[in-house]
Amino acid sequence: MLKIDNLHAEIDGKTILNGLSLTVPAGEVHAIMGPNGAGKSTLAYVLGGRPGYEVTQGSVEFNGIDLLDMEPHERAAAGLFLGFQYPVEIPGVSNLQFLREALNSQRKARGEEPLTGGEFLKLAKDKAALLKLDPDMLKRHVNVGFSGGEKKRAEMVQMGILNPRFAVLDETDSGLDIDALRVVGEGINAIMRAPDKGVLLITHYQRLLEVVKPDRVSILSRGRIVKTGGPELAVELENEGYDAVMAPETANA
Amino acid sequence: MPEAAELPTRREEAWRYSAVERLQGEALDRWRTIDIAAGESVRETLVIADGDGSRPTELHRWRVTIGEGATCELFAVLASAEYARLEIEVTLKRGAHFEFGGITVGGRDTVREFVTRTIHAEPEATSNQTVRSVHWGHGTGNFLGNIDVVRDAQKTDAAQDFKGLLLEKGASVNAVPQLEIFADDVKCAHGASVGQLDETARFYMAARGLSPELARRLLVQAFLGDALVGLEDDAQREELMQVALDKVDRYL
Repeated sequence: MLKIDNLHAEIDGKTILNGLSLTVPAGEVHAIMGPNGAGKSTLAYVLGGRPGYEVTQGSVEFNGIDLLDMEPHERAAAGLFLGFQYPVEIPGVSNLQFLREALNSQRKARGEEPLTGGEFLKLAKDKAALLKLDPDMLKRHVNVGFSGGEKKRAEMVQMGILNPRFAVLDETDSGLDIDALRVVGEGINAIMRAPDKGVLLITHYQRLLEVVKPDRVSILSRGRIVKTGGPELAVELENEGYDAVMAPETANA
Repeated sequence: MPEAAELPTRREEAWRYSAVERLQGEALDRWRTIDIAAGESVRETLVIADGDGSRPTELHRWRVTIGEGATCELFAVLASAEYARLEIEVTLKRGAHFEFGGITVGGRDTVREFVTRTIHAEPEATSNQTVRSVHWGHGTGNFLGNIDVVRDAQKTDAAQDFKGLLLEKGASVNAVPQLEIFADDVKCAHGASVGQLDETARFYMAARGLSPELARRLLVQAFLGDALVGLEDDAQREELMQVALDKVDRYL
């Protein structure tokens, strides 16, 4: 579903991704872990197409099409969702207006009929309930005045409404308390666990993975994948730390 | 020599950023008078929608007196192709309120401006002015706002807020707040800022599927919204906003 091959990317001339290769087939949740500065967020932004992140080498194929050739909003319409580590505040634009415009833009790009106001409202309320987000918050401006946890929940409500085929979630668990972590984790399962969907889950901690239960876990270090394994790799990392687990790989690098 | 023949020059403070050379014989001495009796409430709007460029310049000068405890709400959108200026001189009596929301929007090589002089002549009056300017091309938006608080006008509460949004290099805005305060127990707030579209917000919106044009439209709408917050009539507010957004959509 997502095939990243030998990806090199830089910001302001500084190389961050350095030959990253990774394949996520449909039906799989693939967790990416790694120390600070490894390039995790850069990977997310490159996949999303953020301006300023320049791909110098390599390719990314998404459902057989060249992802890097598309504009950010085209990637979204093609079914890619980028969950932000720091969701952006947009004063003056309500969640409902923002998400309805977003969803209908995507539908239009895919040649589908737009949802009416009533249909959209029902969908939005359903997804807010799934993530236990007070539906009144949908009327408020996008992320303005939301706590860190509320922003992450709202991010998952957005994902539920947009119903993407593939989600790249950048530290969706940061800033969440234990209860919220469970709600968000179960939300990810409910929205994205399907044979025709996939998830790239970027995280620092094992805790979210206890709820979401990844199929594969990879360690990202210095801009490349240094080790891939099953869910047990995350447990090993949690117990022994990056240095111990990565030592044999980095020694050979 | 008749007064009307004397064209203003940029040496005059109130015309400093104007396009005085574009004036086409407008009656400079003609003032519209709005007198609001004590306790009354008046709302006026001025909308100069986009023309095709053949429309002449527009100069509007309003002299407003707001009686004791009365309220005056003025809302204006200057989306003209040619030079447009709304000048307001307002005098507030005891406990009166003046609300002003203004929008300038447009490109070309055109100046669109608000010039206000707010005279707090008696105690306990309040005024609130919010201007938002969105420009591109070589368009210019100005807000020159004078606030005079006379010696006896204690408990005056006056606020002025300006923000400019420049969508292209070459556009500009000028904000000149001027406060003359002769009373000692007053609140006068003023703020001015100029910026561009928030790139982070634009990427966030793109990541959710909004085209760059739609993202810009939503951000501009949100930006301009502040100027019309005080307009309680939903239909009127939407009408004014539509004039401004149509202008953006038509030229960008």
